[in-house]
Amino acid sequence: MIEFSTWDILRNLIFAARWTVLLSLVSFAGGGVVGLMILFARISKSKALRRFAIGYIELFQGTPLLMQLFLAFFGLGLLGVDVPAWLAAGSALILWSAAFLAEIWRGCVEAVAKGQWEASASLGMGRLQQLRYVILPQALRVAVPPTVGFSVQVIKGTALTSIIGFTELSKAGTIVTNATFQPFTVYGLVALIYFALCWPLSRYAHSLERKLHVAHRGH
Amino acid sequence: MSLIAVTELKKRFGANEVLKGINLDIMPGEVIAIIGKSGSGKSTFLRCINGLETVDEGSILVAGAQLLPDEVHLKALRLKVGMIFQQFNLFPHLSAGRNVMLSQMVVKKTGKAQAEAMARRQLERVGLAHKFDAYPDELSGGQQQRVAIARALAMEPIALLCDEITSALDPELVAEVLAVVRELAAEGMTLMMVTHEMKFARDVCSRVVFMHEGRVHEVGPPEEVFSAPKTVELQRFLGHGHA
Ligand SMILES: Nc1ncnc2c1ncn2[C@@H]1O[C@H](COP(=O)(O)OP(=O)(O)O)[C@@H](O)[C@H]1O
Ligand SMILES: [Mg+2]
Repeated sequence: MIEFSTWDILRNLIFAARWTVLLSLVSFAGGGVVGLMILFARISKSKALRRFAIGYIELFQGTPLLMQLFLAFFGLGLLGVDVPAWLAAGSALILWSAAFLAEIWRGCVEAVAKGQWEASASLGMGRLQQLRYVILPQALRVAVPPTVGFSVQVIKGTALTSIIGFTELSKAGTIVTNATFQPFTVYGLVALIYFALCWPLSRYAHSLERKLHVAHRGH
Repeated sequence: MSLIAVTELKKRFGANEVLKGINLDIMPGEVIAIIGKSGSGKSTFLRCINGLETVDEGSILVAGAQLLPDEVHLKALRLKVGMIFQQFNLFPHLSAGRNVMLSQMVVKKTGKAQAEAMARRQLERVGLAHKFDAYPDELSGGQQQRVAIARALAMEPIALLCDEITSALDPELVAEVLAVVRELAAEGMTLMMVTHEMKFARDVCSRVVFMHEGRVHEVGPPEEVFSAPKTVELQRFLGHGHA
């Protein structure tokens, strides 16, 4: 039987953590783009678009991420579409992040005083101009802390993709455990790596929030 | 020809009829004070003229053009009629100068240099040329309201609607804002202002409109309205006729 040093274990885990980071980045960026579109639908003047966005957000917030991953992976598989694990994982996480980001950002848009809409309207601006030049710049400032905070949820969410067979940090933990029979050491290290990824982000989100409360001006 | 013509204007919020048939013609250069109890529909009336509220019945003509609720007509209307609010509503993320420049560049597609020159001119006009780079939260309430006036003027409107523009100000700051309005009136700007400043209304306005329960209850030149109110409601509002 081969002996594994702690260093061997850690090296393998860190190697796999690249995929956690990459999947998190893709999910967060993709979720941001889709989320922005859902946000625009959510605050649009068209009732149909608003309904759609509300339905979308409720659907993805109201079901477990794990079920969404299963549906993306096995569901499409049943339909005869062969979906690789990375694609199922990426798309499910993007759609899931989009729902949460859209809802976070909607709160930020609604936090902008109603008088800002009226003043910009009375100056002749159209709806997109109001959003672009008046509303979103103000919403953006308050949106940064909760958005950074949500990125932590995305990183933790990627752990679930191990279940559909995507080899990221958690899955690597299982594989390494099966080879070494040292579950406590392995999962301890896995947890530490997650912590090393998440903790700076949540600290950063908190400090951003504090700054926002101190200086309520963004220039 | 009248500049603003309001005919049988009605506005409901659900079952609550707030404007019950308003008729008012305003000539170019007129300065109209709108007075009345809180809840009598003064703000709603002004907001209808600026298209911030949709109209249920009746018509509003501004410089001969009908107010219609689609974005093209609304934009055309708002280029003609500016509005100043009680709460200033400056854009807090932009400097005073940028506040005045933004809508020129975005709505009228004015070039930056030209927009900036206009902004400096209008800030000068309200006595704030030196505050071009100051942000709203570095300005007093009176200064903020004057920037808001400059911002509206930069769009070169033919009329300005003012809704209690001094009501949110500390008493010592009211005069500087009223001085600017007085100046505009003297230059011939058409003004409709909801106000509680009776002395100002008496001095500056050409006509006073007394609104009561969603109607124009009494209207006339200030001497008449203030010195010889005809209706009991106006007498009561002005504090006469309790005896
Ligand atoms: N957005 C709104 N929704 C429902 N009711 C409103 C709205 N705006 C105004 N009202 C009602 O319309 C009436 C007149 O209000 P307003 O025009 O603000 O009066 P004033 O400016 O004379 O105090 C009030 O009874 C008020 O409650
Ligand atoms: Mg009012």
